[in-house]
Amino acid sequence: MQRVAIVGIGWYGFRPQTKEVSFREMMFEAAVRAYQDAGGINPREEVDTFISCQEDFWEGISIADEFAPDPIGGAMRPTMTVDGDGLQCLTHAIMHINSGLSDVTVVEAHGKPSDILTLPDIVDFAMDPLYVRKVSPNYHFIAGLDATLFMKEFSATQEDLATVVVKNKENGLKNPRASYASKLSVSDVLEKPYVVYPLTELDIAPYVDGAINIVLASEEVARRYTDTPIWIEGASFATDSANLETATLGKALYLKIAADNAYKMAKIESPSKEIKGAFIDDRYSYKELQHLEALSLTKDPVKALREGQLYPDGDIPTNPLGGHLAEGVPLEASGLALLIDAIEYLRQGKESAIVASWRGVPTFTGAVTVLKR
Amino acid sequence: MVTGLKDEDLKKVYTVTYKPNAKYGYSAGQAYSVFLQGLKDGKILGRRCNKCGRVYVPPRMYCEYCFRPTDEWIEVKDEGIVMTAVASFISWTRERLETPEIVGVIRLYPSRDNDFVYPGLFHRICTTYEKVKDMSIIGKKVKAVWKPKEQRVGSINDIECFKEVE
Repeated sequence: MQRVAIVGIGWYGFRPQTKEVSFREMMFEAAVRAYQDAGGINPREEVDTFISCQEDFWEGISIADEFAPDPIGGAMRPTMTVDGDGLQCLTHAIMHINSGLSDVTVVEAHGKPSDILTLPDIVDFAMDPLYVRKVSPNYHFIAGLDATLFMKEFSATQEDLATVVVKNKENGLKNPRASYASKLSVSDVLEKPYVVYPLTELDIAPYVDGAINIVLASEEVARRYTDTPIWIEGASFATDSANLETATLGKALYLKIAADNAYKMAKIESPSKEIKGAFIDDRYSYKELQHLEALSLTKDPVKALREGQLYPDGDIPTNPLGGHLAEGVPLEASGLALLIDAIEYLRQGKESAIVASWRGVPTFTGAVTVLKR
Repeated sequence: MVTGLKDEDLKKVYTVTYKPNAKYGYSAGQAYSVFLQGLKDGKILGRRCNKCGRVYVPPRMYCEYCFRPTDEWIEVKDEGIVMTAVASFISWTRERLETPEIVGVIRLYPSRDNDFVYPGLFHRICTTYEKVKDMSIIGKKVKAVWKPKEQRVGSINDIECFKEVE
């Protein structure tokens, strides 16, 4: 695989409400910032392909694809959409560049959950209509099932989950995108009522409006746009099972499959030694721990947490900019939110990072990207 | 061999009905908020890109061709030329319409006959089916018929239709 570089990033929003802009204006604002970050690249002339990750039910528009090109400079230019998380789009961009189709590809994703008035009903709509929708009390129940099994297998306690919440919300205090950053104590989390056992409202990341734009370039042209390219060494995405009843609970098999592929591509044999920062989906507190294990960054994530290894100065700094618990969940832009955290981390001088996204309940789909400076 | 199910056979199989509760409150944003307020005030407002000269009606805060912010608000006339029209005999919910609904694209003034990109609206045209059928409506000058001021809410439906003027 030819190496692909990330040469520009831009974002807009990351606030609970962005009523001042339409979703298209939000996409434009993120795009302008990304193109400026990529040395002032002109998207009308220098970008070969555009990819947008979006889902019609989040947009509230069927065939929302048609709204993708014009806000990002893609009008009358090759633009495709992927119905999935932004990190999946990134993998498509790598394929565009590696196949010779393009030298420069732009990836876009956005979420405007504040425009969705019945968000839990939209998630419910993703469930099997014949069975699951009829018995599900609320959409967090799948996370509850998964969390209890994970806690049993790894002897995790409520305090451990609350510690993840406290850590990530505090890490977010230095991150301008972290609207939900906060200084809390473990007991603050434990005292909150349950949404579904064992998850309190603080264990569940809230939604946030945001748009992200990423400029990727082939190894050949990357340095035209930046002096500090961030290299993608490996990338993959995987789905465990499309069905709740046949998917693995307690473990994040989707991320294990994706990570094993990405490590192979990146020629990484010992992830825990070679990866210096983990930017991974933590939209439920336990998911951070479960995902760490799936990524082979530790065999015992609970022990690693208790020993302090997951803090910014630990052996496996995990969500050092706060993750979703501090930034919120911007729907299909979630994976890219973790990605720009990782890029900022690497631009500050760190050597390597892994980004791992999950598409959320009720999916068993995740994506992994391995980055180096 | 596949055989179709009869009505009585269909009664023997199960179907599960479900009505999604999908509700949205779309942020109109900067361009449309001003545009909709303009309609309430009886004005059609657009945005001009000073680099390429295009006027966007409905407005955009960015020029999709030049990829830069558009520069200024301009009021266009509430009259223009019918570029194309269609007569529909079924409603959105597929009921037969006794009188067809006629909609079309109106190139608003100021613009010129040979403009490829122009400020324009897709809207109802108050005309007859015959004029659509014989295509005589195309190229005709039309003007907006506004709802009475007190009935306007800031919607594209604050304009009832565009009607021929001679």
